[in-house]
Amino acid sequence: MDDQQTSEEGSQSFKAWLSALWRVMAIPLAAVLLALVIGAVLLAISGANPFRAYAALIEGSFGNIKAFGRTLAKATPLIFSGLAVAFAFKAGLFNIGAQGQLLFGALVSAVAGFMIKGLPPFLHATLALLAGATAGALFAAIPGVLKAYTGAHEVITTIMLNYVAINITDYIADGPLKDTSGGNVIARTPAILDSAKIPSIGEIPLGFFLAVLASVLVWWLLWRTTLGFEIRTVGLSPHAAKYAGMKVAFTVTLTMVISGFLAGMGGGIETLGIVGRYQPGFNAGLGFDGITIALLGKTHPFGIIPAAILIGAMKAGASTMQFNAGVAKEITDVIQALMLFFVTADMIVRKILRTKAESGEKITLSGWGQQ
Amino acid sequence: MQTTTTLPAPVSPWKRFLKQWGMTLGIVLSVVVIIIWQYSLNENITEAVLASTIRQSTPLVLGALCGLLGERSAVINIGIEGQMLLGAFIGFLVNVWTGNLLLAVFAAIITGAIMGLLLAYMSVTLKMDQIIGGTVINILALGLTGYFYQVGLTTNGKLQPIPLGPLADIPIVGPALFNNPPITYATFVLVILVHYILFYTKWGLRTRAVGEHPRAADTLGINVFKVRYVNVIIGGAIAGLAGAFLTLEAVGSFERNMTNGRGFVALAVMIFGKFTPLGAWGAALLFGFASAMQTQLQFAGINVPHQFIGILPYVLTIVVLAGFVGRTHVPAADGVPYEKE
Repeated sequence: MDDQQTSEEGSQSFKAWLSALWRVMAIPLAAVLLALVIGAVLLAISGANPFRAYAALIEGSFGNIKAFGRTLAKATPLIFSGLAVAFAFKAGLFNIGAQGQLLFGALVSAVAGFMIKGLPPFLHATLALLAGATAGALFAAIPGVLKAYTGAHEVITTIMLNYVAINITDYIADGPLKDTSGGNVIARTPAILDSAKIPSIGEIPLGFFLAVLASVLVWWLLWRTTLGFEIRTVGLSPHAAKYAGMKVAFTVTLTMVISGFLAGMGGGIETLGIVGRYQPGFNAGLGFDGITIALLGKTHPFGIIPAAILIGAMKAGASTMQFNAGVAKEITDVIQALMLFFVTADMIVRKILRTKAESGEKITLSGWGQQ
Repeated sequence: MQTTTTLPAPVSPWKRFLKQWGMTLGIVLSVVVIIIWQYSLNENITEAVLASTIRQSTPLVLGALCGLLGERSAVINIGIEGQMLLGAFIGFLVNVWTGNLLLAVFAAIITGAIMGLLLAYMSVTLKMDQIIGGTVINILALGLTGYFYQVGLTTNGKLQPIPLGPLADIPIVGPALFNNPPITYATFVLVILVHYILFYTKWGLRTRAVGEHPRAADTLGINVFKVRYVNVIIGGAIAGLAGAFLTLEAVGSFERNMTNGRGFVALAVMIFGKFTPLGAWGAALLFGFASAMQTQLQFAGINVPHQFIGILPYVLTIVVLAGFVGRTHVPAADGVPYEKE
């Protein structure tokens, strides 16, 4: 996005900026609206009142400051997983494995949170968070190396590694590091120490600000550094990057590692800020939601924040909706899938909005044989 | 690229045969030896493992057939998982409502075909990125089945094995090959049928031409879009059948996300099988064998945490991909939407 024009005439360039913003946002907004309309139809078919359901959904997510805090708390790991997926997209990689990387991040942060003792609060939390992020990065290095040096497609390897991650984290939380205090039988690790907890400011979780900061850093890395330029070049054309003398294999690996770092940090923040320990099943789906969020946010770091808040709001309000309107909360998954469909099948939406496709905003991923 | 005028040195056909099939032959021979040896030790367990191998491999072969029909016409199908899952769910629901198994299988096939149509629409007409298109199908299927699923429903009966007369009494292979429920038999037939269609018919030649060089195919008057649509829709129908296998033949009920990654393992099977139905069958049997051994190891009470045994098929998939993807010929136009001039 060329939002870096020097302003000659204030109002003129502001108008241009507004119309550019509209061009970027029109498709995601229309996709969200279409998904909500079809969701309402599905709700009506299954015998519920869509207006009551949506009212309850909004009440549960934005109704009061407490609900809003819950929305932001739900959005926090989603921003990270959205960033992870979007970052990989920039190099033409589809990291479906954000889920597995996030699980390892959540687990390792929890382990650092209860095993390391005697550290001051701020330092302990930082260390635990970085430990989780590093775990995610290392786990993402596997598909990165495989893609870069053997050509094994990251879509399949990352999905397979998700199953590996689920099994191994389950084993650790139910075996060697199981919480045995007070005759506990549930598979979970012990609770983290107070010094490792990431606090909230009032109702707003501090982790949310970290997520926003991470978005800014990712934007800076992608558009203001040489590495970011290389990553985007590899994403647009690996051949051009190769002939320009860039180390494509290295860039691919490093992109996956950074992507995994972001996903792992998302898991770490969830553990240290919300859950307070690692418990299998508590982080289910957060990584997969990252795909929807990355695409809804047009794979731009600043687009991901509102997209994550939207999905976070649907998660935060789902139980209120279930309680007040008697609607199974899985409907939010359906609506989310529809959003993903309409935002990616943007030709359909463009026909409705009568706008033309812009060049250079299409994501291209590599097929099987290519590196 | 064969642009130079020098021809490659002639290779004896025997050497070429060995180079192409040597590894496959080696694997097959060693598996046969192991099976006979095991059979001499304990015939019941051997027969159980073989039968389980066939059972585990069935959804994988069907998924791989779905995948390779698309890929041979240059449409990457990452949505096999979702097509299978939705097929399994709709087949299950229709059976619960009507009590009819045949109608349920039919419904699953139609569901798969409709999902195939959706993928074809996204990748051929809308020219979306095919990998994202397939992911949309997966997430959509997961969301829809999750929302409409009700706990505690079971099917009215399951598809039962039909022994094929005296064939079923042949030692070792009899129970595994000739005493199966209908969808498993259908799978055997489909593998051979798809192989025949793909390599010995006009339609198959057109499909492969569209996958390798759509422009040339178009110039010769082949309707590239139509070929891709038909292949992806038939592929979807086969994935739907794989779904029907899961709910109506193997389990008898539906669970959330019951496909458990089989659609993706099927893609690895397809690549391992060099994008041919017979090759995919062999690869699927190997994966099925790994899963069957997994169950046997758990029964044998070997002291390994079940989670470690559980990751075996997934690790095997990764190893296969890393080892084979660079060495197989992928259809040249795979994943590239066709733009008519």
